[in-house]
Amino acid sequence: MIDRDIVWQQIRRALVIAGKDIRIYYFKGPVVIFGVLFPVFLFLSFTIGRHLTADFMIPGLLGMILFFTATSISPIVMPWESQARTLERLMSCPIKPQTIVIGDIIASFAFGMIISVVPIIIGLLMGITISNPVALAAAIILAGVCFAALGIIFSIPPTNMPATINMIASVVKFPVVFISGIFIALNELPVWGRWIAYMSPLTYFTDIARNSIQDQGYLPLIIDFTALIGFTIVFILVAIFMHRKTMPARI
Amino acid sequence: MPNVASVNSEAITVRKLSKRYGVVTAVKDINFAVKEGEFFGFLGPNGAGKTTTVRILTGVIEADDGVALIRGSSAGSIKAKQIAGVVPEMANAYIDFSAWSNLMLMADLYGIASSQAKERSQALLKSLGLFDRKDSLVKTYSKGMRQRLILAMALVSDPEVLFLDEPTSGLDVQSTRLIKDLLRSLNARSKTIFLTTHDMDEANQLCDRVAIINKGSIVAIDAPEKLRMATRGRNSVEVSFSNGVNPRHLAQLPGVKEFEKVGDKYHLYTDDPGKLVATLADYSRTAGLKIVTLNILAPSLEDAFVALTGKEERHD
Repeated sequence: MIDRDIVWQQIRRALVIAGKDIRIYYFKGPVVIFGVLFPVFLFLSFTIGRHLTADFMIPGLLGMILFFTATSISPIVMPWESQARTLERLMSCPIKPQTIVIGDIIASFAFGMIISVVPIIIGLLMGITISNPVALAAAIILAGVCFAALGIIFSIPPTNMPATINMIASVVKFPVVFISGIFIALNELPVWGRWIAYMSPLTYFTDIARNSIQDQGYLPLIIDFTALIGFTIVFILVAIFMHRKTMPARI
Repeated sequence: MPNVASVNSEAITVRKLSKRYGVVTAVKDINFAVKEGEFFGFLGPNGAGKTTTVRILTGVIEADDGVALIRGSSAGSIKAKQIAGVVPEMANAYIDFSAWSNLMLMADLYGIASSQAKERSQALLKSLGLFDRKDSLVKTYSKGMRQRLILAMALVSDPEVLFLDEPTSGLDVQSTRLIKDLLRSLNARSKTIFLTTHDMDEANQLCDRVAIINKGSIVAIDAPEKLRMATRGRNSVEVSFSNGVNPRHLAQLPGVKEFEKVGDKYHLYTDDPGKLVATLADYSRTAGLKIVTLNILAPSLEDAFVALTGKEERHD
């Protein structure tokens, strides 16, 4: 039997944790470097000189920035907390382990939302038009949660070394960017390449963004959204289940 | 199942509690109960299972077997955590926050109303000598100030049961005294306090009862005074001389069972302290020595601790 009062109480406390995360961890140099500047420069290095249109570039840039921002800090919050010896204090508070995980996801999501405004403004300045703003907004929100949960999954190994987690995250993040239809549209990929692309949640977000901006999505929106929702649910459940198991090993 | 009637008057109930880490058994079938309003000490050498027990009681880790209840609620449940305040061993406050922000964060996590949180935080910071620095970042605090802040963070929810794991370890005299005074005043207000320490003086000064844990098992539970008095054969005479003395001569005096140099003094353990005092007086006269200090010492809690934990070692 679910106690509604406890659920609301834990949601409120997850928001408190999210607020704490944003104030402490999200105003640090690495966030700006790895969340915004790095994906922008990486994107430019693959697009400059290819005579691509703004309509093609902006969905990819938006996907990359959202992906890198939402996964830049969330993986290292837990190792930072255990290294700074604040995690045990937090775990002894009247909150469940999943409340801590959800709080970390909310912080990462909120930050992703704020930063995603940057490529949209750049796109609007470059003259793009958003034909389906509702779908784009829904996709940004959904992908923000999805990528934030993925970021939290990276920190499941109970190490106190942020560098170790960053290494694990990088091993996943970089290949994901290259297989998600950002630099080469899905319809230009070979069949085997498309099957690999379908394994990445970023693929579906990029496809929705192309659909909303270029009117040139490869998959129907319903499939994109279903896949993105599926990835989001799985990532959140895995993050909660695994962190509940590994959190005590951090202290 | 613990008896419900007895559990009602118990702030902490532990029955057959066990915790293993791989092949190592950190806590083995331990049983004890802490009464409401009691100041309970939990003593043991390093690695004895003290911190593991506290972590189970505060819901940070789960036991493998047994029952742990906080005022009748399962340890680790939201209800149990809500009525408990915790000062974990080696814990830290958020160093990029001020003391005030740390306290407000704790209050929010315990669901304390803002006005109440502010009022309590002010009072706690004043009583712990931190009020003037409440807006400074914790990274600028000394170790003693940080530990006082962590205690304030544990108390901002006005908990009924307070768990402290080595709260004064490595602190300066002033911070230690402030913390001890606050703990005494909390206990006087009927708060239940569970103190983990290996400082025997601290346990002796503060606790109504102590449990001694060694290698994961409880070896004794009683009032410090009763444990002390139950330690037989550890009476000693403390003596110091103004001029040099041959320690070998002291060790060979009749009635001396053990001999120990403590700073500029000697502790001579004996079954008959009165007789040894007379022997020492005779010895000083014949050896031309001048006695500076001569005291009969009853067994200390430390003696009881060493006797109990040492006995366990020998049994192994």
